[in-house]
Amino acid sequence: MRRVSKITAACTVTAALALTASACGESSTESSGSDKGKMKIGMAYDVGGRGDNSFNDSAARGLDKAKSEFGAETKELTAKTGETPADREQRLESLAEGGYNPVVAVGFAYKDAVDKIAAKYPKVNFGLVDSVASAKNVDSIVFTEEQGSYLAGVAAALKSKDGQVGFIGGVDLPLIKKFAAGFQQGVKDTNPKAKVQIQYLSTGSDLSGFGSPDKGSYAAKGMLDKGADVIFAAAGGSGAGSIEAVAGKKGAWSIGVDSDQALDPSLAKYKDTIMTSVVKNVDGGVYDLVKSVKDGKPLAGTQTYTLAKDGVSLTTTGDHLKDIQAKLDEAKKKIADGTIKVKTTT
Amino acid sequence: MKKIDKERLLLGIAAPVLAIVVAFLVTALVLAATGKEPFSAFGIMFDYGLKSDSQVYILNKATTYYLAGLAVAVGFRMNLFNIGVDGQYRLAAFFAAAVGGALTLPGALQIPLIILTAMIVGAMWAGIAGVLKVTRGVSEVVSTIMLNAIATAVIGYLLQQGRLGHLDEAGTKISTKPLPESSHFFEFPTTPSPVWGFIVVAVVAGVAYWFTLSRTRFGFDLRTVGQSGSAAEASGVDVKKMVITSMLISGAVAGLIGMPTLLNDSYEYSGDFPVGIGFTGIAIALLGRNHPVGIALGALLWGFLERGTGKLEFEGYDKEIVGVIQGVIVLCVVIAYEVVRRFGLKRQQSKVGAELAAQAARNNDQQEVSA
Repeated sequence: MRRVSKITAACTVTAALALTASACGESSTESSGSDKGKMKIGMAYDVGGRGDNSFNDSAARGLDKAKSEFGAETKELTAKTGETPADREQRLESLAEGGYNPVVAVGFAYKDAVDKIAAKYPKVNFGLVDSVASAKNVDSIVFTEEQGSYLAGVAAALKSKDGQVGFIGGVDLPLIKKFAAGFQQGVKDTNPKAKVQIQYLSTGSDLSGFGSPDKGSYAAKGMLDKGADVIFAAAGGSGAGSIEAVAGKKGAWSIGVDSDQALDPSLAKYKDTIMTSVVKNVDGGVYDLVKSVKDGKPLAGTQTYTLAKDGVSLTTTGDHLKDIQAKLDEAKKKIADGTIKVKTTT
Repeated sequence: MKKIDKERLLLGIAAPVLAIVVAFLVTALVLAATGKEPFSAFGIMFDYGLKSDSQVYILNKATTYYLAGLAVAVGFRMNLFNIGVDGQYRLAAFFAAAVGGALTLPGALQIPLIILTAMIVGAMWAGIAGVLKVTRGVSEVVSTIMLNAIATAVIGYLLQQGRLGHLDEAGTKISTKPLPESSHFFEFPTTPSPVWGFIVVAVVAGVAYWFTLSRTRFGFDLRTVGQSGSAAEASGVDVKKMVITSMLISGAVAGLIGMPTLLNDSYEYSGDFPVGIGFTGIAIALLGRNHPVGIALGALLWGFLERGTGKLEFEGYDKEIVGVIQGVIVLCVVIAYEVVRRFGLKRQQSKVGAELAAQAARNNDQQEVSA
């Protein structure tokens, strides 16, 4: 009995050692050949991924357009919650190593990973949405969220009867604060006497504020009770709760974000109370990059998608903006020619 | 004596092995249900997970997970369920990053200072739960989980521009001030990517854990309190003091969890600093049966699963599969331990019964002879 177990132990150890030794030499990234013929696009989404009805989906639309147009092969990977910078690096690396070019990283959380991996793969073109990377082979795709929100603020101030409007942010991240800052400025510039209530649903690394319709609903109800009659929710999935709550108050308007929420089937019931949505043209940014790579002139550096270039815009579904369109156009023109500078922090 | 030990060892190993085998079987069923061929998936995982760069990745991940497992295990040995490891390590890493970013001392001074800050913050945060339990009888399960939420809020409040936050040039990412180059921890220059030097600290922590628990009076007291508070009290152990001390130790070890990431990888605390590792630690401590070597194996397994399933996603499998495997393993572990424990108990009982019967028979024989 004792003898047998000793032999077993010896065998196990030897086998384990042999396994380790044989594996040590070979790296998983050594054995890949990229075929030059077909275009291969790699996408690394932020948490939520394709199907989040928001930011990631917008990037996915750009990918789909490029895919069907150029007949490209695509690979989509998605971030998990609670991952480390090393996980993001490895995701980008596996795409770059797998011969995908361009590799698009969706979300500012990828910034450091893109910096590292882009330097390691100088021949691959990278895209980074919502942040600015330092490497030369990276196309940093950023948006002037504050400008789109400024227009939303103008619209809110014009449509509000009592001059009380609300802003609901998902999480108090700098990105969401840009929305808040622009919105507040737009409201105040249009109606100096107006009051803007600003509320965030969660703070810091607690990202639940982007996915809790109940929190959005409570926050909106609170604002409505205090007299607000236009509420702009830049809160991802929580926005649906806000839109629902606003629909419950007669004459109140909601403003959506990221995609045209009046066209969202799950919100169809409330579409008559959705005044407009502030949309970011992430799909355009992604498409532009893919096209530039296809054309052999890859974009690099920072591409800022501004209001003037329709990188951010207000949707007009339902024609609720018709009566104030002239004033919106005027504000847009002033932002475009620099007469109005929109702040990025409140 | 020796023979019993061996049997115990065998039974001890049987439970996790059984759990893992069952977990893989269940996962195979899930994969089959999604219309994918399960065995090629495992093939991909093992093939990829054993490559050299995967080994590095797994070691680095396991370093963090090992510390998390230890932090939880210290409480477990004392029968304290420290769910708050999650909040403790995040708060600790945040303050350590803030201190590290604010100073520029030589590395030999600054790195220990950062680590010490983390340990103290972690210990203090856990200590709150300890004090509440001792003075007010608040269950540590409730208080630590509340403290997790408070830690999130505190970090959220302080990680703002104008406080301890530092906005990047694109204006989208907020973090603490990056650590100076001098406070980057050393790395082992392995190819293709380096192994984090913090693994050394993790090993030292593991040895210290083993030594303290099994070779010191304090460790004996701690385990005694864990097995029976009233018995320990009766034999002269100050249970209240033990509760607070072990919470402090658990929190201090929790403070180390964020350090591999901070000192070897991110060099700053930002909104995307890994969250939820405290809960992973619970699973790993359970899997490793609170034993320093067991926890190490559990941590390595966790790292391996994450690495392997990353590849699975690349190969077109659903990325959620890793969550399924991990969840099933934890469930199976808990069940398997109970099953094996009962089996062992029964076996022991029948053995003792048999021995007693044999002895009784022998006695009878002797009596008959002498009569």
